[in-house]
Amino acid sequence: MNLHPTTAGLLLAGILFVLGLISVLIRRNIIFMLLSVEIMLNAAGLAFVVAASHWGQADGQVMFMFILAMAAAEVSVGLALILQLYHQLRTLDSDEASRMNG
Amino acid sequence: MDIAFIVAALIAVAATVRVITCYNIMHALLYLVVSLLAVAVVLYTYGAPFMAVLEIIIYAGAIMVLIIFFVMMLNLGLETAEHEKAWLRPRIWLVPGIFCVVLLGELLYLILQNKQPAAGIQVVPPKQVGMALFGPYLIAVELTGILLMAGIVGAYHLGRQHKKTLHRFLENNLDT
Repeated sequence: MNLHPTTAGLLLAGILFVLGLISVLIRRNIIFMLLSVEIMLNAAGLAFVVAASHWGQADGQVMFMFILAMAAAEVSVGLALILQLYHQLRTLDSDEASRMNG
Repeated sequence: MDIAFIVAALIAVAATVRVITCYNIMHALLYLVVSLLAVAVVLYTYGAPFMAVLEIIIYAGAIMVLIIFFVMMLNLGLETAEHEKAWLRPRIWLVPGIFCVVLLGELLYLILQNKQPAAGIQVVPPKQVGMALFGPYLIAVELTGILLMAGIVGAYHLGRQHKKTLHRFLENNLDT
C-alpha cells in the first residue's frame, strides 16, 4: 500500500473527524460531547496543515492557528455553560436539558 | 509513506477510539491527550514543526488541563480519594503510557535521523507562517483577539454564581 502523503494525511483527518462525529451522536454525557467537538476541530486543523504541506503555502498553517484560538475560546465558554447546567440540574445528562421548560 | 507517520496515525486512531468508548471521563481524557500528542507527531512529519509545538502547548497543555481541572472540580466529596485510588491501577494507565513511550521513541528517531521529509511533502517554515499571519491575515488576527476577549467575558458571565441581591432585612421579612 503506497499512498501519496497528502492522501494519507487527508484519510487520517477524515477518520478522526468521523470518530468525533460518531461520539457526538452516540454520547449523552455533555462533557464527552465537548471532547468530541475538540476531536473534530483537531481533525479539521490536521487537514489544513496537510493541505499546506501539499501546496507549500503558509495559509493552511495560519488557519490551523485560528482553529486553535477558536477551540480555546469554545472550551472556556462551553465549560462555563456546563457548570451552569450542572448547578441547575445536578446532572451531566444532555437529555435532561431538553426538559428545562424555558 | 513514512514509517513515523504510519505509527503515529495508528496510535492517534486507536487512542481516539478508546476516547469514544470509555465510560470514565478521566480515562477518556488520558487517551485524548495521547491522541493529541500523536497528531502533533503527524504534524511534525508533514513539515509543520511550529504547529506541532502549538498543538502540544495549547491543546494537550492548556485545553486538556482546563477540562481535567473542571472535571475534578465537579465531583467533590469524600469518595473522591477512593476514586483516585481506584483509577490509578496499572490496567488504567498502562496502555496510554505505552502509547506515549512509543511516541517518544518516534520523536527521538525523527530527531536523530535528521533526514529530509518524504517526497510530496513541502516544509513550510515558521517564518513564512509569521509573515503570512501579520501580512495578509492581519485583520483575521485582530478578529481572533476579539473572539478570545468575547470568550473571556462570556465565560466570566456564565460561570459566576448568582448572589442574592436582597438585603438581610428584606430577606427576613420575606421568610415570615
